[in-house]
Amino acid sequence: MERRLERIDRGIKARASGVFALSSWREMLYLSAPRLIPALGFLLLPLVLDNYWQKVLLSMAVFALLAISWDILAQTGMISLGQGLFFGLGAYCSGILNHSLGLHPLLAVPVAAILGGVISTVVLLPVLRLRGVYFSMVTLIIPLMLIRIIEATKIFGGTEGLSGIAPLPSKWVELYFILSVLLAALFGFRRMLSSDYGLVLKAIKDNDLSVINAGINIYWYKAQALFIAGSLGALCGAFMTHVYMFVGMPVFALDYSILPIAAAVVGGPGTLAGATLGAAILVPLSEILRGIGGLRIVFYGYFLVVFIVVLPEGIFHYIERKYHQFDRWVEVE
Amino acid sequence: MAEGPILKVDRLYKHFGGVQAITELSFELAEGELLGLIGPNGSGKTTAVNLISGFVKPSRGAIIYRGRDITGLAPYAVVRLGIARTFQMVKPFYQLPAYKNMIIPLYSPRVKQMIGGRYGDRDAVALDLLEEVGFERDSQVAYKSASVLPQGYLKRLELAKAIALKPDLLILDELFSGLSLAEVASIVPVIEKLRKEGKTIIMIEHRLKELFRIADRVVVLNYGMKIAEGKPEQVMETEEVKKAYLGVEV
Repeated sequence: MERRLERIDRGIKARASGVFALSSWREMLYLSAPRLIPALGFLLLPLVLDNYWQKVLLSMAVFALLAISWDILAQTGMISLGQGLFFGLGAYCSGILNHSLGLHPLLAVPVAAILGGVISTVVLLPVLRLRGVYFSMVTLIIPLMLIRIIEATKIFGGTEGLSGIAPLPSKWVELYFILSVLLAALFGFRRMLSSDYGLVLKAIKDNDLSVINAGINIYWYKAQALFIAGSLGALCGAFMTHVYMFVGMPVFALDYSILPIAAAVVGGPGTLAGATLGAAILVPLSEILRGIGGLRIVFYGYFLVVFIVVLPEGIFHYIERKYHQFDRWVEVE
Repeated sequence: MAEGPILKVDRLYKHFGGVQAITELSFELAEGELLGLIGPNGSGKTTAVNLISGFVKPSRGAIIYRGRDITGLAPYAVVRLGIARTFQMVKPFYQLPAYKNMIIPLYSPRVKQMIGGRYGDRDAVALDLLEEVGFERDSQVAYKSASVLPQGYLKRLELAKAIALKPDLLILDELFSGLSLAEVASIVPVIEKLRKEGKTIIMIEHRLKELFRIADRVVVLNYGMKIAEGKPEQVMETEEVKKAYLGVEV
C-alpha cells in the first residue's frame, strides 16, 4: 500500500471561497479548533489556577484588550503611543462615577467606557489630520500632560487619588467579566475588520488619499476607529479601578502605553488574535521573571528582542502559517 | 447645451510660494463633452485637476459645477456631487486584492446615494466593473494582490475605481501614459462607452494621437496659462502651441 502526504486544508479550501463545504467531523474540527481552543481555554483557566495566577490572568486580559485597542488604531494607520490616555480616562471616569455619584461598579464600568471613548476622541480630534510619527508624538504627550494637570490643580484627589471605590461583587465576577469582554472584543472586532467597513479602515492606512478620492470622509472613519479603541482602553481602566478600589495618577503611566504595543508586535500586528497571544505570553513571562529580582527587566527585554528577531512577522502569523500547512498521510489507490 | 455648462472654471489662480502654477485659467465644459487638457511637462495640467477635484485650494477664482460654487470644497464632498478623478501616479491599495480595491469606492456615500440603500454583494459588483475595464474574468487576475499587478492593470484598476463612483464628470489624469499601444487600444472602447452613457470627461494626455481621435475639444496649457483652445487639429496649427511643444521659433 503506497502512502503520500496531503495537506489537511486542501480539500476544504478547494471547494469554495468563503463558503465551506465540510464532509467530516475532522474537517469541522480543523476549522473550529483555532476559535474553540482559546475560547474554552480562557473560560476554563480560572477554575484550575490558584489565587495568584488568577490575578495574572486578569492582568493578561487587560493588557490583551489594550493591545487589541492599539491594533485597531494601527490597522487604521494611527500608531498610538498613548493607550495610557484611554486607560487613565476610563479609570478616572469610573472612579468619579462611583466615588461621587455612587454608581454601582457594574454600571459605572460600561458608562465610563463610553465616556472615556468620547473624551479621548474629542481630545484627539484636532490631531486626526496628523500622520505617522506626528500623531504618535501627540498621543504620547497627552497622558503625561494630564498627570501634571492633576498634580498641579489637585483635582480628583490630586496626588492622593480617589480611594474607597467599590469593588466588583466577587473575584469570579471580576474574572469572567473581563474574560468575556476579551473574547467578545477579539471575535467581534475581528469580524468587524474583515467586513467592508473594516476594509475601509485598513484602506486608510494603505493609502488615505485614494480613500478620500473615493468620496469617503476619512476623518469621520478615523474618529470612529478612535472611539472604538478609546472605549476599549477606557473599559480596561474603569475595570482596574474597581479591582484596585483606587484610582490615582499612575493610571496614566507609560506602562499602559508601551506594554500593549510590545504585546501586539510580538504576537503579530494586524490580527487582534496576535495581540491577545502576545499579551498571553508577555504578562506571565514578566511574572515568572519576578523571582530573579533586579535583572528582571534585562531578561524581559532580552526575550522581547529574541521574539522580534526570530519571528519578525509575529508569533501568531507564524502559527497561522504552520496550521495551514498541517498534513496527514493518505493511502494512494 | 440649453441648461448651461456642467463645469465652469472662472479665472483660476494658484501659486505655491513664489511659483505661479496656474494663472487666470478659464474654460467651460458642456454636458457630454470630452475635453483634452494638454501641454508640456510642468505646465499645470495636474494642478488644474487638483483644483477642480478639491485636493488643492485655489488662491483666487471660482469653480462652478452645475451652477453651484464648489471652490474650496473638500475632495470627498466634490466626489459626492459626481466628479471623480484618477491619479497619474496610480494609488491602489497595495495590501488588497484588485477586486477588494473596488470595495472602497463602492462603500462611499456617493454610491449609496445613487443606488439607494444597500448595494447587496459588493464583491460581485466589483468583479463586473473590473471585467468592463479589461480584467478578464477567467484569468483570476482580479483576485491577485494589487502589489503584484503590472502597470497596465493598475491603470485599469484606477479607471475602474473612478467609474465605480458613477460620476457625471470623469477626470482622467494621464490614463494612457506607461501603457503599450495594445493596452491603449483596449481602453479606448471603455472611454467611448462612457461617452455614450452621457458622461462628461476631461482627459489629460501626452499621447496626443490617441487623444485627438476621441476628443471634441482641447485646451492647451503652458506655464500655467491657457495658450490655445479649440478643435484638436486647429489648435495644433497655432504658433504658440508649436512653440510650446516643439520649442522651435516658427
